[in-house]
Amino acid sequence: MLKAVILIGGPQKGTRFRPLSLDIPKPLFPVAGLPLVQHLIEACLAIEGLKEILLIGFYSSSQIQPFANEMQHQYNVTIKYLQEFIALGTAGGLYHFRDQIRFGNPEAFFVINGDVCSDFPLAELYTFHKEQMVNEKALVTIMGTEATRHQSLNYGCIVTNKETNEVTHYVEKPSSYVSTLINCGVYVFSPEIFQTIGAVNLKQQEHYRNGYSNGTKEAGYIQLEQEILAPLAGSGQIFALPVTNWWSQLKTAGSAIYANRHYLQLYKTKHPERLYNSSGAGGETCMIYPDVHIDRTAHIHPSAVLGPNVSIGPGVTIGAGVRIRESIVLSDATIEDHSLVLHSIIGRGSHVGRWARVEGTPSDPDPNKPFAKMENRPLFNKDGRLNPSITILGCSVSVPAETILLNSVVLPNKELSRSIKNEIIL
Amino acid sequence: MVEGKRALILVGGYGTRLRPLTLSRPKPLVEFANKPILLHQIEALVDAGVTEVILAVSYRAKQMEEELTIEATKLGVNIIYSHETEPLGTAGPIALAKEHLSKSTKPFFVLNSDIICDFPFRELAKFHEDHGKEGTIVVTKVEEPSKYGVVVYDKTNCIQSFIEKPQEFISNKINAGLYILNPSVINRIDLKPTSIEKEVFPNMASDKQLYAFELKGFWMDVGQPKDFLTGMCLYLTHLRETNSQKLYKGPGVVGNVIVDPTATIGNNCQIGPNVTIGPGVVIEDGVCIKRSTILRGATICSNSWLESCIVGWKCHVGRWVRMEGSTVLGEDVIVKDETYINGGQVLPHKNIATSVPEPQIIM
Repeated sequence: MLKAVILIGGPQKGTRFRPLSLDIPKPLFPVAGLPLVQHLIEACLAIEGLKEILLIGFYSSSQIQPFANEMQHQYNVTIKYLQEFIALGTAGGLYHFRDQIRFGNPEAFFVINGDVCSDFPLAELYTFHKEQMVNEKALVTIMGTEATRHQSLNYGCIVTNKETNEVTHYVEKPSSYVSTLINCGVYVFSPEIFQTIGAVNLKQQEHYRNGYSNGTKEAGYIQLEQEILAPLAGSGQIFALPVTNWWSQLKTAGSAIYANRHYLQLYKTKHPERLYNSSGAGGETCMIYPDVHIDRTAHIHPSAVLGPNVSIGPGVTIGAGVRIRESIVLSDATIEDHSLVLHSIIGRGSHVGRWARVEGTPSDPDPNKPFAKMENRPLFNKDGRLNPSITILGCSVSVPAETILLNSVVLPNKELSRSIKNEIIL
Repeated sequence: MVEGKRALILVGGYGTRLRPLTLSRPKPLVEFANKPILLHQIEALVDAGVTEVILAVSYRAKQMEEELTIEATKLGVNIIYSHETEPLGTAGPIALAKEHLSKSTKPFFVLNSDIICDFPFRELAKFHEDHGKEGTIVVTKVEEPSKYGVVVYDKTNCIQSFIEKPQEFISNKINAGLYILNPSVINRIDLKPTSIEKEVFPNMASDKQLYAFELKGFWMDVGQPKDFLTGMCLYLTHLRETNSQKLYKGPGVVGNVIVDPTATIGNNCQIGPNVTIGPGVVIEDGVCIKRSTILRGATICSNSWLESCIVGWKCHVGRWVRMEGSTVLGEDVIVKDETYINGGQVLPHKNIATSVPEPQIIM
């Protein structure tokens, strides 16, 4: 039996995802029509023998529990939300819920960071881990991917024995180059890992008893990368499997469009029914440049032109002669006639008047550099100017007819009255 | 035979201020409200009994001659071309045309070619005759006199002085670029580059030989794109008051719009206020155009939005294009689908494939 743990974080985390995370927890933000974390759940469910998924985070139960219930109902497996009440770090959180995780005696369990987007090769990862478990020494296998030398510094860097894939050295976000193989935030753990975490926990307690302060950290706070993975390196119990699958993190709002494109692409092989197919739909249909996802409850005027890389949420209304490209339109938004939406996210219940132009600047990884990842640039550059990014409308924003909204971010519930360029509107 | 009146139009230079349009056509032939600027003036002159128009030209006279000859024949007016071989300023051309202008003792009109207004030539001639002095300048009231030549005159309208581009407010009456002069004025001008405003008029004023005629109604120097569009709005408003049957009526039209009968407009468009659409123009479905001029043979594709633009002859503007901010497209420019142009000045025959979000000249 196998289990999966998805670490979804909490409202204090994911602030770079604002304003999209202001009215919806980031794990529930829809990418390619599905909440971000549902893509992870689906990847886990594809694993044979996987019986239970635990979501661990510190969102209030009311924010996540209804979603967990719905998922359990939809997929007919046990899906639980375990709420942390104090921040214990990644390993501390796992250790806190160790009885839940070990219950039923799983052979191993997956741990996935909630903001990872990928076509998760989880079966491959588990097969590899199982092979290493034969001699009962493998505690963890990390999914690894290649990064550029420059970008590797933003990630956990892994040095391996190329023949055995054993991790010989691990540094989290080093200040100088260590390795271009980076930690994807996707793991398989053997249940015995809890002895290792337990030992670290015990050591911390002893330390505290001997009069050393714990600082501002909560008792039992243990970071997975620095306190567990790094010390395990070289012990022969930790492995990293390099994979070449698509992988990205959803840190900034700007990366949502990139993730959307890749998840739509994956639908082509895994869920073609989720892509809009004009030949399948009856009557007059709009013009589509694939890939496009349209919720069944959305109303699209037949003269609209959508795609590529567009997701349209439930209850959305798209008027005559509208053009949408490289964008996400969230539930119940309205785009009036003749408007153009490019490289933008239109928030829930927002309204774009006719002949408006909502446009952002694409922020994809550098296509000319192999293994380049999303840049996740800060909002402002060194000169204090807004870095051009995708345009984002928070929920219930109203854009007047005939205006232009360029490279801007508008916080929720704002009624704009003029054109806006390169601004953040509070 | 009754001797007709004469007029001199200062056509002059290259029209650089109205580039990129004037790279394809001499400025006087650029259509303002679907008619060459010069024709607005010639028609008004003919209406006032002018039978001979002297055009002081220095540049691309050939193209102008070819096109104007047909119109002149229609109007029954004799057009004489007075060629400057070197730029002679605003007064020199009068001396150059001496032969034509001094044929008769009657006064003649002089016009700057960029002026659009409700030309009051009859009233002007009457006023001039009544005061009996050598010259009359038409003056008009403007909001910002500091960019023009201000005219100061007394209660009898006798001009006292001129102040070119005053820094401090002196008066809001400016030289409108329309004059009526007696042939005797020619003797005040030498055949060399001379400014009528700076050299000839001040002398006439000190001799108390110059009067001001106050213009009623609209006036605009349409020599540059921004003013061209402002002038178009004023002209269309004037047309509404005086000749409203010339305005276009049809579905989706808002305010004052003129559309050439050979142009076509698609469904669900919003055209106006203040739009002129030239011959053979094609406006596809779902287009919104405000405060713009679309010249002959241009195509605006569906769902585009234009405000304060001049779209040159035979341009092709793609779908979902947004253009604003006094954007001027030269002849035969192609603007690709979904691009945004703000204050772009695009030279002829260019292909615009990426957005121009800030004002820029595209060579």
